[in-house]
Amino acid sequence: MSGLEAFLLTVIAAATPLLLAATGELVVERSGVLNLGVEGMMAMGALTAFAVANVSGSPLAGVLAGAIAGAVVALPFVFLTQALAANQVASGLALALFGLGLSGLFGEGFVGQPGVRLERLHIPGVSDIPFIGPVLFGHDVLVYLSFLMTAAVAWFLFRTRPGLILRAVGTNHHAAHALGHPVRRVRTLAILFGGLMAGLAGAYLSVSYTPQWVEDMTAGRGWIALALVVFATWRPLRVLAGAYLFGAVWILGLHAQAAGFGLPPQFLTALPYLATIVALVLIARNRTLTLTNTPAMIGQPFLPER
Amino acid sequence: MRSTLKMTLAAALVLGLAGAAQAEEKLKVGFIYVGPVGDHGWSYQHDQGRQAIEKALGDKVQTSYLEKVPEGADAERALERLARSGHKLIFATSFGYMDTVLKVAKRHPEVKFEHATGYKRAKNVATYSSRFYEGRYIIGKIAAKVSKKGMAGYIASFPIPEVVRGINSFMLGAQSVNPQFRIKVVWVNSWYDPGKEADAAKVLIAQGADILTQHTDSAAPMQVAEEKGIHAFGQASDMIKFGPHAQLTAIIDNWAPYYIRRAKAVLTGTWKSEDTWGGLAADMVRMAPYTNMPDDVKKMAEETEEAIRSGKLHPFTGPIYDQDGKLRVKKGEVMADKELLGMNWYVKGIDDKLPK
Repeated sequence: MSGLEAFLLTVIAAATPLLLAATGELVVERSGVLNLGVEGMMAMGALTAFAVANVSGSPLAGVLAGAIAGAVVALPFVFLTQALAANQVASGLALALFGLGLSGLFGEGFVGQPGVRLERLHIPGVSDIPFIGPVLFGHDVLVYLSFLMTAAVAWFLFRTRPGLILRAVGTNHHAAHALGHPVRRVRTLAILFGGLMAGLAGAYLSVSYTPQWVEDMTAGRGWIALALVVFATWRPLRVLAGAYLFGAVWILGLHAQAAGFGLPPQFLTALPYLATIVALVLIARNRTLTLTNTPAMIGQPFLPER
Repeated sequence: MRSTLKMTLAAALVLGLAGAAQAEEKLKVGFIYVGPVGDHGWSYQHDQGRQAIEKALGDKVQTSYLEKVPEGADAERALERLARSGHKLIFATSFGYMDTVLKVAKRHPEVKFEHATGYKRAKNVATYSSRFYEGRYIIGKIAAKVSKKGMAGYIASFPIPEVVRGINSFMLGAQSVNPQFRIKVVWVNSWYDPGKEADAAKVLIAQGADILTQHTDSAAPMQVAEEKGIHAFGQASDMIKFGPHAQLTAIIDNWAPYYIRRAKAVLTGTWKSEDTWGGLAADMVRMAPYTNMPDDVKKMAEETEEAIRSGKLHPFTGPIYDQDGKLRVKKGEVMADKELLGMNWYVKGIDDKLPK
């Protein structure tokens, strides 16, 4: 295995959970809702995926269950922010803590058990081609799904009518409401989609990246995904670029260390954040374009006037 | 205001009495952990020790714990809560609790405190730690025998003396078998992040390491080793389930004998504030079964373990040179504990630079 090949494979593994979670959160925020609970939904997704995969023996069933768990755990958030128009920041933080705590509680019995690994794609002949085979055709289904979902979300938001409605809801919910669009239903669906994607990201951690369950195994990736969405100025392809840049700089830092350059590890840990912010700020230099992409209603509760 | 104060005092009195009444029957032992008990690493092993107290002393004791207690103001609240609810022996199991423990201990002279890995003591504050480096010397020797490429990958957490001492001990062990042995060190800047640890493992393998060891807490590197078909050493607990073909052995934190001994000391009134730094001999460090290695290597490992346990061998016996070639320990001498505790330099043979 060549150095570049090993590097790319490691980057893909590091970037996939970020991409999945951030793409989901992007849709949520585009609809005008700020859900800070990504970390909690991810943790529940990771635990559920691990548990179902281990009990059923099927990692795919685990992935599916993980996605559903991510959406289910977001239901209280939907109720609080949509039915009661509660503060989204507080509700989101509560969801993050709730998901982490609940997964720790239910997961106690699974600590210390090795998990079932999601199978990697193997196309006879094609996957065996040196370099191209493993890099392009040797991943598990979640890696391909992360790309597919990014493309699907980009297409949905900017090329379809429901996507236009979702963005309209996020830009001005009163106007959208006046036009007869169901603001709260759109937002509910967006939040549930965000939950599904965060659940998938969690499932990736516990059945592919590191097939095991330990409490707090998300280790802050939900928060990184949240930051990526903002720095990517709510554009799906920039989220993709951001997630891969973040992963690449992180892995490069590890390589630099292993090569013995003696760089401070604290600096190398901070570097992916710095690099991603700088790169995405440079991309988003055009202020008008950034402003048009920012969902103006983000974080604002909506109650239809009666 | 005054009535509130009275009420509070009354409540405190009642609670205090209730606590005292209970304490007469049973010794209440409290623990605070920095991580979740489900980390399968550091905090998990401390909790195993807590459970061992209950098992060994039965109805003479009652234990409780608070997990995920951040170092700082929260720790003070947690310790205060344990002390006020009638706990007479309290274990604070992370280095960062040090000053908080002393502060709370001052206010509760009747409560005995135990602080893990710290160095500040008081009349009612004892300190304790494990000589994990003894285990690291053994695995270093095994690594040098088993590795074909003569290079190990070391996944490290933070550049503190505890970790640096482990790296040096591993290297001295390896050099005693193969003087040309090399290691690559990657710092992940975290005690506990399975994803990052797995990334570091993959990077080290890509850079030529064919044996992995770690000073972080998750079993993720072991899983990577298993998947790539190379060998690795477990950390904190036995990780053989995660690497049935990969694990050579594991350095196990075994707090149980110490915790039982200290609880007994309180029960019999013989508890004293002291510093305990135990290793293989005190049974505070244990080695998991030696697996996946040839018989002669296993024999060498067992002999080394025995030599360290009996005191015949000290991993840090001179001559020891540091990276720059300066003689740190003279021939035939053994490094003093004080120097071991403050170690901030690499031994000769490590090409890496130690981050400051």
